[in-house]
Amino acid sequence: MDHRIIDQQLDVLRDKILLLGGATESAVQRAMQSLVERDSVLAKQVLEEDKIIDQMELEIDRLSIEILALQHPAAHDLRFVISVAKITPILERIADHAGSIAEAALIINIEPLVKNYVDFPIMAQTATEMLRSALDAFTNEDSQLSRDIIERDKEIDKSYKRVFNELLEMMVDNPSATTGAAHLLFVAKHLERIGDYVKDICELNVYLREAAFIKHSRLI
Amino acid sequence: MENKIRVSNLNFFYGKAQALYDISLEVPEREVIAFIGPSGCGKSTFLRTLNRMNDTIPIARVAGDVIIDGENIYAPGTDVVALRRKVGMVFQKSNPFPKSIFENVAYGIRINGIHTSKTDLNERVEKALHDAALWNEVKDRLNTSAFGLSGGQQQRLCIARALAVQPEVILMDEPASALDPIATQKIEELVVELKRDYTIVIVTHNMHQASRVSDRTAFFMLGKLIEYNKTEKMFQNPDDRMTEDYITGRFG
Repeated sequence: MDHRIIDQQLDVLRDKILLLGGATESAVQRAMQSLVERDSVLAKQVLEEDKIIDQMELEIDRLSIEILALQHPAAHDLRFVISVAKITPILERIADHAGSIAEAALIINIEPLVKNYVDFPIMAQTATEMLRSALDAFTNEDSQLSRDIIERDKEIDKSYKRVFNELLEMMVDNPSATTGAAHLLFVAKHLERIGDYVKDICELNVYLREAAFIKHSRLI
Repeated sequence: MENKIRVSNLNFFYGKAQALYDISLEVPEREVIAFIGPSGCGKSTFLRTLNRMNDTIPIARVAGDVIIDGENIYAPGTDVVALRRKVGMVFQKSNPFPKSIFENVAYGIRINGIHTSKTDLNERVEKALHDAALWNEVKDRLNTSAFGLSGGQQQRLCIARALAVQPEVILMDEPASALDPIATQKIEELVVELKRDYTIVIVTHNMHQASRVSDRTAFFMLGKLIEYNKTEKMFQNPDDRMTEDYITGRFG
């Protein structure tokens, strides 16, 4: 059988999650831009567009459940639907973090500049690159790339520690910068969490390809 | 778990046409094994080699070993009647005899020369009907015709008839394919229930039935055993591309 009914639906599901992935990636990238360039209009746009991402999540949920209920997928088809259903809320949460960064930007942008943004753009770039690669790895079902990305999460964790210490010192040395520094600390934490979520996506990519659970692998 | 059935290098021919090629597999005791595959793939033929039902076909020829409880059932001198008592069978179409419900179940006990007292016979019939999950539905009309039962009940009656002679293995050839979803569900529940005491081999075209009831699944194609694996592995991540294509309906 060349064309199965399920193929058409799986193609739609694939398109939808890639769109969601693109929107999420763009949200993270623009949220950081709004901070670095002190562009509050852009920050508001990011917050506004979060509703679209929530809507996309709902549509993917609906379609995944419909395919499970009506098409009874098995083997690779089943793993694909399960992976999409599990990756979707992760993307939505990443977008929520982008929204939180944009909210922080709205506050920080009206405060005096407390720190030159050197580490933040690097951290943000690593996070968005990882996210883009994770989505590529999902599309190509590339387990090796996924495993490499998981390793990269350590880079973000290191940056986070560095930024954390710097900001802490700044708060001690210059109490008037405390508000701005505290919000920047949150931004760093959001980026660190995004790295963790990308790692989760990569673990699901490996499941999709190999039917292997590498998350919590010490428990298996 | 010990293997109840061990098949090695089994080849089967209808005259000159070869229907099964070099099949080897082992069936652990008290497990449910599902045979799946497209029509004509040899799964029913293979099922029937396990209690020598193909002996009734004059042109059929078997080469290879089928060992049940350590004994080759194709060895000369094998008591085929005893074999079929030990390895019972249920068919696609329920085939009750034109007799009462009671007599249908008692029939096997009687023709197998199992001598019992009247009370003993009653007890055996009741137990078989209980085990086939039919007792509560028929206990008040045991002496009425079996043809008065619904399709699903008739199939469970045939299962009761097979159980009455106390087999160890039950072969089922598409036992629910002619039944509605509720009757099918009852048969499936029964299969899972019977696993406690029997080894069951079931041929089915219904992939979800195979995944619901079986511990292991064997996939046949053109007379060959393509893959034999644990059912959860088979339906989530089969080893063979052909299995994947078949269970996901990509086949053709």
